[in-house]
Amino acid sequence: MAEDFNWAIGGEAGDGIDSTGKIFAQALSRAGRHVFTSKDFASRIRGGYTAYKVRTSVDDIQSVVDRLDLLVALTQRTIDENLDELHENSAIIYDGERSWEAEIPDEMYAVDVPLKSLAEEAGGAIMRNVVALGAACELADFPIENLDESLEKRFGDKGEKIVENNKEAARLGKQYVQDEYGTLSTEDFDFELETTDADYVLLNGDEAIGMGAIAAGCRFYAGYPITPATDVMEYLKGRIEHFGGQVVQAEDELSAINMALGAARAGARSMTATSGPGIDLMTETFGLVATSETPLVIADVMRSGPSTGMPTKQEQGDLNMALYGGHGEIPRFVLAPTTIDECFWKTVEAFNLAEKYQLPVYLLADLSLAVTEQTFAPEAFDMDAVEVERGKVVDDAEIEAWLDEEGRFTPHAATEDGISPRAFPGTVDGAHMSTGLEHNELGRRTEDTDVRMEQVEKRQRKVDTAIEREDWNVREYGNPDADTLVVSWGSNEGALVEALETLEANDVDVRVLSVPYIYPRPDLSEDVAAANQTIVVECNATGQFADLVEHDVLERVDRVNKYDGVRFKADELAVDIEAAMEEA
Amino acid sequence: MSSEVKFTDFKSDKQPTWCPGCGDFGTMNGMMKALAETGNSPDDTFVVAGIGCSGKIGTYMHSYALHGVHGRALPVGTGVKLANPDLEVMVAGGDGDGYSIGAGHFVHAVRRNVDMTYVVMDNRIYGLTKGQASPTSRSDFETSTTPEGPQQPPVNPLALAFASGASFIAQSFSSDALRHQEIVQAAIEHDGFGFVNVFSPCVTFNDVDTYDYFRDSLVDLEEEGHDPTDRDAAKEKILEADKEYMGVIWQDEDATSYEATHGVDANMSEIPDGAPDGAMDLVREFY
Ligand SMILES: Cc1ncc(C[n+]2csc(CCOP(=O)(O)OP(=O)(O)O)c2C)c(N)n1
Ligand code: SF4
Repeated sequence: MAEDFNWAIGGEAGDGIDSTGKIFAQALSRAGRHVFTSKDFASRIRGGYTAYKVRTSVDDIQSVVDRLDLLVALTQRTIDENLDELHENSAIIYDGERSWEAEIPDEMYAVDVPLKSLAEEAGGAIMRNVVALGAACELADFPIENLDESLEKRFGDKGEKIVENNKEAARLGKQYVQDEYGTLSTEDFDFELETTDADYVLLNGDEAIGMGAIAAGCRFYAGYPITPATDVMEYLKGRIEHFGGQVVQAEDELSAINMALGAARAGARSMTATSGPGIDLMTETFGLVATSETPLVIADVMRSGPSTGMPTKQEQGDLNMALYGGHGEIPRFVLAPTTIDECFWKTVEAFNLAEKYQLPVYLLADLSLAVTEQTFAPEAFDMDAVEVERGKVVDDAEIEAWLDEEGRFTPHAATEDGISPRAFPGTVDGAHMSTGLEHNELGRRTEDTDVRMEQVEKRQRKVDTAIEREDWNVREYGNPDADTLVVSWGSNEGALVEALETLEANDVDVRVLSVPYIYPRPDLSEDVAAANQTIVVECNATGQFADLVEHDVLERVDRVNKYDGVRFKADELAVDIEAAMEEA
Repeated sequence: MSSEVKFTDFKSDKQPTWCPGCGDFGTMNGMMKALAETGNSPDDTFVVAGIGCSGKIGTYMHSYALHGVHGRALPVGTGVKLANPDLEVMVAGGDGDGYSIGAGHFVHAVRRNVDMTYVVMDNRIYGLTKGQASPTSRSDFETSTTPEGPQQPPVNPLALAFASGASFIAQSFSSDALRHQEIVQAAIEHDGFGFVNVFSPCVTFNDVDTYDYFRDSLVDLEEEGHDPTDRDAAKEKILEADKEYMGVIWQDEDATSYEATHGVDANMSEIPDGAPDGAMDLVREFY
């Protein structure tokens, strides 16, 4: 029947929900199926409700939907939390031997599997989640052999015995369901998860950012743990060293950005990643980075604010901070990847832009991109296509052109394009000081009015140069001639693209522009002018990107905002857009 | 080129605007001499300066340098050194910069033990902001913001460093030119984090911790026959709150630098012009 299958495992934090979900997601991906995962988690290690959701199809999928076909519930709360996504024919696997009495709505299939006993039979109660995976394979008609490799990957370093026990646990789960429930193949619950021979990789946005950084030649990373950015540091640690790099866990974000700044001054491609609260702490040094014209990539993996807000929930609330944060006026670029593979490419681009224009670049990702995994063909990360452009770096031989009449290097020369020469330490005759104070071409403090204006204009000129030289493009979907224009930024793209199908099916015609650049950004004025209605979709309450569009086009736009802490779902977004169209 | 380097090569052509008589002149001269004497050149030296009168040192010296934001010089130095371990990294700032706003970084830089030299120009006052109490001000020292004195005990930077696991702790006096230079030199030559607290009097705002005061009260540890590798002796000297010592107080010659522990050896400025060899393996890991 349906080839789009939605599955979840939920329980208490500490129940191994994440790793179990991941094992199944990897099995599906290795079996040549597309996978899109999402997580519900609380910021507690034990005692909080957690769920790992897996959507899979043989077709490409890029978002979550409001539907669960199969739920492995380790607690009653898992069932309660997901009731609105469960439907009449959903199946729920639970362990009737557990102390709680599962309350499962009559119309659903209650699949009682003695997870704990079967796990013990296989070698240990700890494997009860794997028993559930085996049961799920049976219900969804997914060849259980596909699970084996994921189990090897997950438990391989714990020894052959553990791997074998886990495989056995899965098989006991499958067998139990077959014996007790047949194939549960009714007219309404009739899944057969076919496999293909396509090759996919499965990764999340934080991992894609880390991978992009290494590919782009980033060798220094300093950071301080914070949800949902920590995965970037965890990814880099243990990998970047193979390429001559270092990861430093700093004492705080103030230190992290200063370390990254120091490394960048020494000539390294350098980055730090954090989330909103960390960006607050980094903002003072951000001004120094910009004034000293140091190339630095700062990733802000946004979560729900303000203050410590909802650390494990989605929001796109930091746009204004990225654009305007810091005292005084400072040029900076702001890039916002829209998909997980774009997290990789935008990171590469961020390093190139930072070095070509010698300024800080914000990479504005968000929790939805960071923690959800998606399948891609490996070529989506084609390393041969990565280009490294270091900009105007001068060596011992070229430096002469940049010395003043007294033989002093001019690191802030007020060039026509605004871009100055850069000499890495060690370059003969290149010694110079950089400072956060306003300075002259030599980098020395000044309060001279003309020099001040010259340097402000020079720094701003880099932006004009970049607008001229780079392609600040958009990604376009839908009907190019539609009267309604939907504009989106960041992680909403996937849901929006899928919502298009629903809208099309309802005979609703829209044109979608997904914008990956916040500053500089593409000029949308003609697109808005050509449309009858423009709707800006974003995960915040005030419409920060919508404000920018209005500012650019001098025209009011409509807004679809979501700020409950949960990302847009494709089906929900289709409804919201239709509603916004009716209101107009 | 190092053999030809003179200490004046480390001097910029910019005239210091420090008050005449400020201790920072002597502190800086000693640093430049120590750098030249240890075979460094301006092109392979990186000076990171804090904010304060003391922080202006980066402006008056000639080398690669960064004059950063208040209190954050140590992390910058750490990043510089780890990105290019071939550079000689010297971090300098004041007692406010290092022990107040930057105190957290100080503790962690000490325990990290990156091979760089940290010189704190301790004048027991905030100079640049015109005379407020600093963390090393005496508890009864009257200032504009503490008219009755801070009424808190001063920070003992040496003890703070020792407790944080420092591998090199020294104290010097800017006006004892030769000893100051020797001490900074020992810090540069130390394999690890070399910390030197320098008494660098502020002649404008501090009329208590003056040249005369230090001249009269300072005891040279070398003359006392102190063995800096003797941990217990070092601890005793460091905790003796009513005595001012000069010299290398503690040196752990067996300590391992961060670089050695973490395998830092690459100059990270050198990277290929595309993705590095083997990068596709990073993708395959996600199968
Ligand atoms: C974030 C921030 N807060 C405050 C200041 C103002 N400020 C500049 S220097 C300084 C204290 C300097 O004292 P110290 O480090 O002892 O150096 P000195 O001037 O005595 O050499 C302060 C508070 C600043 N520049 N930045
Ligand atoms: S105010 Fe004090 S510390 Fe600052 S320059 Fe003058 S004497 Fe030196």
